[in-house]
Amino acid sequence: MATHPISLTINGKGQQSSVESRRLLVHYLRDELGLTGTHIGCETSQCGACTIMLNGSAVKSCTLFAVQADGAEIMTIEGLAKDGEMHPIQEGFWEEHGLQCGFCTPGMIMSTYDLLQKNPNPDEHEIRHALHGNLCRCTGYQHIVKSIQYAANKMQGATVAD
Amino acid sequence: MIPSEFDYVKAGSVQEAIGLLQQHGDDAKVLAGGHSLIPLLKLRLASPAVLVDISGIGDLRGIKSGGDKVTIGALTTHNDLEQSAELKGSFPILSEAATLIGDPMVRNRGTFGGSLAHADPAGDWPAVALALGAQMHITGSGGERTVAADDFFIDILTSDVQPGELLTSIDLPMPSGKVGMSYQKFSHPASGYAVVGVAAMVTLDGSGNCSSARVAVTGAGAKAVRLTSVEEALVGKSLTEENVAAAAGTAGEGIDYLGDIYASEEYRAHLVKVFAKRAVLAAAGNVK
Repeated sequence: MATHPISLTINGKGQQSSVESRRLLVHYLRDELGLTGTHIGCETSQCGACTIMLNGSAVKSCTLFAVQADGAEIMTIEGLAKDGEMHPIQEGFWEEHGLQCGFCTPGMIMSTYDLLQKNPNPDEHEIRHALHGNLCRCTGYQHIVKSIQYAANKMQGATVAD
Repeated sequence: MIPSEFDYVKAGSVQEAIGLLQQHGDDAKVLAGGHSLIPLLKLRLASPAVLVDISGIGDLRGIKSGGDKVTIGALTTHNDLEQSAELKGSFPILSEAATLIGDPMVRNRGTFGGSLAHADPAGDWPAVALALGAQMHITGSGGERTVAADDFFIDILTSDVQPGELLTSIDLPMPSGKVGMSYQKFSHPASGYAVVGVAAMVTLDGSGNCSSARVAVTGAGAKAVRLTSVEEALVGKSLTEENVAAAAGTAGEGIDYLGDIYASEEYRAHLVKVFAKRAVLAAAGNVK
């Protein structure tokens, strides 16, 4: 069994591990580090439930080996809230009913994080294009789009109407 | 969904990668973005003994314009091509096609060179590369060789890149004159792969007639191919809807169509004509 040492930063903390070559990043995050906020949906890079930020871009952690992330900077859903305060994207999903069962939510939020850092003020079409790789089987996406508009407004410092 | 065991080596340079690929021969596979290979490994449709990761070779990523061509490094991602302001002027088809590949997360990882070398019969870039007359730079132990896109795609999942070789960069000849280009795709609604996709590049002469055309299709058969009968029927004609429809009506002769549970051979043959027409008309509509 081929194993490799890896050293990476996850949610701001350094992490050293030894991983088997074939270990998928999502399994490493969930099973070895206990970061179970990153979900496994389809495992075939279709559903987006396993989306994380890797070196500043959203990626599907089911389609990456942990060994490929050696040296990388990773942020998972657990890295978003600061000092017990929800991130504006999380707050948007809370306020605008952007979830029902919640299974797809971590992936939706991480894709949104990538979108809003590249395009802080997306229109509805751009939001839907950015969510193309995230499947939700509950909400019909309407409230997810509203949640992201809420977050975009809040992150730009605008007053959000009650 | 766990692949069979393999060893992993990260190459720091093209030379090191070639050395590793030579050493392991048929047992090795090149890993770049991994978005074609890793799904195959997980399904155990491929089980190489060694993966040679080339993603850390910085020289292989990026877009360089120089004189009569643009050179795209093999590791340039779909997202790089979608976002490139530099390419929007000369090659708007690259952004247009990139936007239709997978989804944002796939485009953040998947690479231009990987997609071409993998030669998926439903991949998007092979049709675009054929329409643009791309030249592929392939490096092996004996040095570099250049292969035209027309000779690069051999069969299903088989390109001209041999064991022990690496596709390093792709040249796109700079279009000259009044040129328009477009990629039109009928996407599979779940996977996003092309059921049929057609890329077209047309050049107009001084009187507004078509002086040359390159039209290529992906998704129809085992590999992407030029639609030469369409190209020939367009030359010398004004690109009116009627003329383009007549030319597109010849599309697809000689293709050994693939049929599956999503689209029969007959349906794909029909789509090739429909999308050939749409691609040529869209290309004619954005001539500049």
